[in-house]
Amino acid sequence: MISVEHLTKYYGDFLAVDDLSFEIEEGHVYGFLGPNGAGKSTTMNIMTGCLSATEGHVRIDGYDIFEEADKAKKLIGYLPEQPPLYMQETPAEYLRFVGEAKGLRGLRLNEQVEEVIRQTKIGEVRNRRISALSKGYRQRVGIAQALLGNPKVIILDEPTVGLDPIQIIEIRALIKELGQDHTVIFSSHILSEVQAICDQILMIADGRLAAFDEPGNLEKRLLSPNEIIITADAEPEEIRDILALAAHITDVAMEEKKSPFTTACLKTDHENIYEASRSVFEAFSKKGKALLEMNLRKASLEDLFVELTEGSGADTVPEAESETDTEPEAKKEVRR
Amino acid sequence: MTAVFRHELRMYFHSLTAYVFGAFLLAFVGIGSMLYNLQAAVSNFEFVLSFGCLVFVVIVPVLTMRVIAEERKQKTDQLLYSLPITTTQVILGKYLALLVVYLILLCIICLYPLIFSQFGDVYLLTSYGSLFAFFAMGAALIALGVFISSLTDNQGFAAGIGIAVILLNYYSVSLSEYVSSTALGSVIAMCVLVLAAGGIIYCLTKNENLAYGFCFLFIVGILLIYFFDTGKLEGLLPDIMAKLSLFERFYVFVNGVFDVTALVYYAAAAVFFLFLSVQSLEKRRYN
Repeated sequence: MISVEHLTKYYGDFLAVDDLSFEIEEGHVYGFLGPNGAGKSTTMNIMTGCLSATEGHVRIDGYDIFEEADKAKKLIGYLPEQPPLYMQETPAEYLRFVGEAKGLRGLRLNEQVEEVIRQTKIGEVRNRRISALSKGYRQRVGIAQALLGNPKVIILDEPTVGLDPIQIIEIRALIKELGQDHTVIFSSHILSEVQAICDQILMIADGRLAAFDEPGNLEKRLLSPNEIIITADAEPEEIRDILALAAHITDVAMEEKKSPFTTACLKTDHENIYEASRSVFEAFSKKGKALLEMNLRKASLEDLFVELTEGSGADTVPEAESETDTEPEAKKEVRR
Repeated sequence: MTAVFRHELRMYFHSLTAYVFGAFLLAFVGIGSMLYNLQAAVSNFEFVLSFGCLVFVVIVPVLTMRVIAEERKQKTDQLLYSLPITTTQVILGKYLALLVVYLILLCIICLYPLIFSQFGDVYLLTSYGSLFAFFAMGAALIALGVFISSLTDNQGFAAGIGIAVILLNYYSVSLSEYVSSTALGSVIAMCVLVLAAGGIIYCLTKNENLAYGFCFLFIVGILLIYFFDTGKLEGLLPDIMAKLSLFERFYVFVNGVFDVTALVYYAAAAVFFLFLSVQSLEKRRYN
């Protein structure tokens, strides 16, 4: 469907994309994952013909995006990072313009505009000025624009950034829905989002492809073992003694004692983390000590993400992510 | 192209731009015809137009300042790049929309000579000939405005530069009388111009060799002419300044001559600036 071959992009002397190659197959939802400044937007801009490449080719269904721009662009719908909206217009007017520019006329134009308005659920604001719309609605109008002309591939650049939790959930549901009829590529720096929606993940760091696989396979690649965090009504020494009896526990690290209880972080090498937690529970009950809390922390894509992107340079600084999402989010974001 | 054209036209009437442009143009031409045709009782409508063309200095930049600068600012240019239309179509669509706004106003102005002819003898041929030239000159200036707007993402800046450039063009004939007309003066001025052009070429293409090559070729050429045929450079600079004036060619029409070369000149200027606009838009892709 889309083939990207040896894509390289320099901004002056700055290397933004470095010899990137991958193939996008039809009928999947692809997540484009990477820290800020990794080259996600640059790559997407090149794939959609908004930017030239210093070297390399992008082909959409065999059409080169620069040589046969007209044919290639008809196969793509693109929502840039900032939705390209004309503020003085209403969504209905705006969508008619984009539809016309995509070559739709007359009845087909009307049908398509109605169709995308229905799909993105912007019917109630269709005659309000875009400048008066909330960010969530603007994003939807942007997505509606990308859907016009029924393109095979839809490329969305960080479609959930800056939205509130409910809007984020709605947009994610919309992306999932789109994935049924279209090939969708969307970028994000939020892992749980990509994990939840995509069936293929492209991880990109420093302009290079760091990983490209299904989420499940990526998790399997993880090197860091699973962890169990426990809080017990016992002294640290006692806990050590008790856990010496438990099977599958390879390492015990006590955390600083703040309350009368003790918290410890256990590591296991057993592939089924429940086997390890069962043995911990049984060891405590045998000794008659109370196990107050037990949290299982499975190795996740976050670890892989940090692992893959941290190696990319000494200038990466972990930073607290201020996501308002209700799901456990990436707590660590790597920013240039 | 039609999509861009219709969209632009709608945008002009959605916002104040078209109305401000129209109000200024009609007010100026109105005042002119009041002064010449009514008070002074002159039956030549072309004098009104020659008076009215000063208004271009302000209204053309007002009309064209947002045409591309605003697209950049709002990042809507990304949409235009990703749509299956070429940059040439984008520029032509926008330019035609501007011309239509301008033509609508000229249609209103077209009625004035007819009205005056009800009350006396009006030279309709020269009136409409001048009106046609007025349209052609406006079209060339609008193309210049589009190009200036394509250079920046700041509307105010585009308007300021536009006013300065058109004002300079308006006064270039008067100014040409004050500049040096000696051969040496011309050589120096030409060298400065060539260097400035080289600087612009470098800014647009980021290609040092091309800019150096351009400057070198032209400066060597000028120096050769200076050493072998000094007479040719005598009075060259004032000549060039006068030739570049779009307004000067319009006064020929006012004097009752339908000058086809001037029309070709206006058309060439419009095509030249539109071509530059396309290049300027295209260049954003290659930054």
